[in-house]
Amino acid sequence: MSTTFWIIIAGAVATYLTRIGGHLVISRFENIHPRVEAGLNAVPAAVLTTLVAPELLNAGPAEWAALVVTAAVSLRGGLMSMFLAGAAVLILARQFVG
Amino acid sequence: MATDVISESGGRSDFWQGVRLSMPVVVASAPFAVLFGALAVDNGFSVLEAFLMSALVYGGASQMVGIQLFGQHVAPWLIVLSIFAVNFRHVLYSAGIGRRIAHWPVIQQALGYFILTDPQFAVAEARAASGRTVGFAWYLGLGLPVYVFWVIESGLGAVFGKLIPDTHALGIDFLLPIYFLGLVMGFRKRPLWLPVVIASACASIVAYKTVGSPWHVSIGAIAGVLLAVILPPHHSGVETRP
Repeated sequence: MSTTFWIIIAGAVATYLTRIGGHLVISRFENIHPRVEAGLNAVPAAVLTTLVAPELLNAGPAEWAALVVTAAVSLRGGLMSMFLAGAAVLILARQFVG
Repeated sequence: MATDVISESGGRSDFWQGVRLSMPVVVASAPFAVLFGALAVDNGFSVLEAFLMSALVYGGASQMVGIQLFGQHVAPWLIVLSIFAVNFRHVLYSAGIGRRIAHWPVIQQALGYFILTDPQFAVAEARAASGRTVGFAWYLGLGLPVYVFWVIESGLGAVFGKLIPDTHALGIDFLLPIYFLGLVMGFRKRPLWLPVVIASACASIVAYKTVGSPWHVSIGAIAGVLLAVILPPHHSGVETRP
């Protein structure tokens, strides 16, 4: 079996643990410490930000335009509309600035 | 016998009610499934591997992260850890939904947790909040179409992705940052969102420059989470909860 295959299997097991783990853990405790809860609340934004921020270092005009439009559209629209708007601006801008 | 028939048809209509609610999710996730398949192949996955990952992991953002790190030849254990980190939010969904489905048989619960995605949690919690029972048939009707379409569309994206000649002109290499920015913005109503984003952004950029990829992901994430833990609870909006 290839390495890729084992990455997928391990990733699947890790993911399933997150999906059943909260129930298994919480069903044994009455309360979560507020600071732990605050930390858990911060997890998605913290992780996802790290996937965007370093891209800014190499971003050209087309990429910047796409990200700015995505952020602007997100204030009104849902995930779908902001993604499509950002992608459209990116593809369009790259026809001109490469 | 008569009651059997009634409960069975009740289960069937519950199922279809769930299916109806699943349709917007199916439509909204379709482009991301195709995108995942195309990117997976672009990053060195085979079509079968892209298909398998969608079928077994079944978590959009984490799959995107996984293939991106895979394309950067990151150590396998770190890829798995990153998938775990991105999916860690499910721990909270799991803790929340557990009390709604505790009356199901264990096998059904095990399956229910497998398809516990963001929209699955949101819609099921909304139903529970309105005072209705979250039954297995309804929950499965809500989740099964999303799963089936996700897996099939991933496979199609992987097949189709091989045919895309110029991925740069089509912007495929930069679609993920846009997608992730969209997800980040989606969490903006949360307490401490801006400080956490700023802390994670700064820490990840500094780490990217110094320590290098992929450690910037873990270091940046830890910086944001630590900030949320360290700041007094009245800033993080959790002290009002019962």
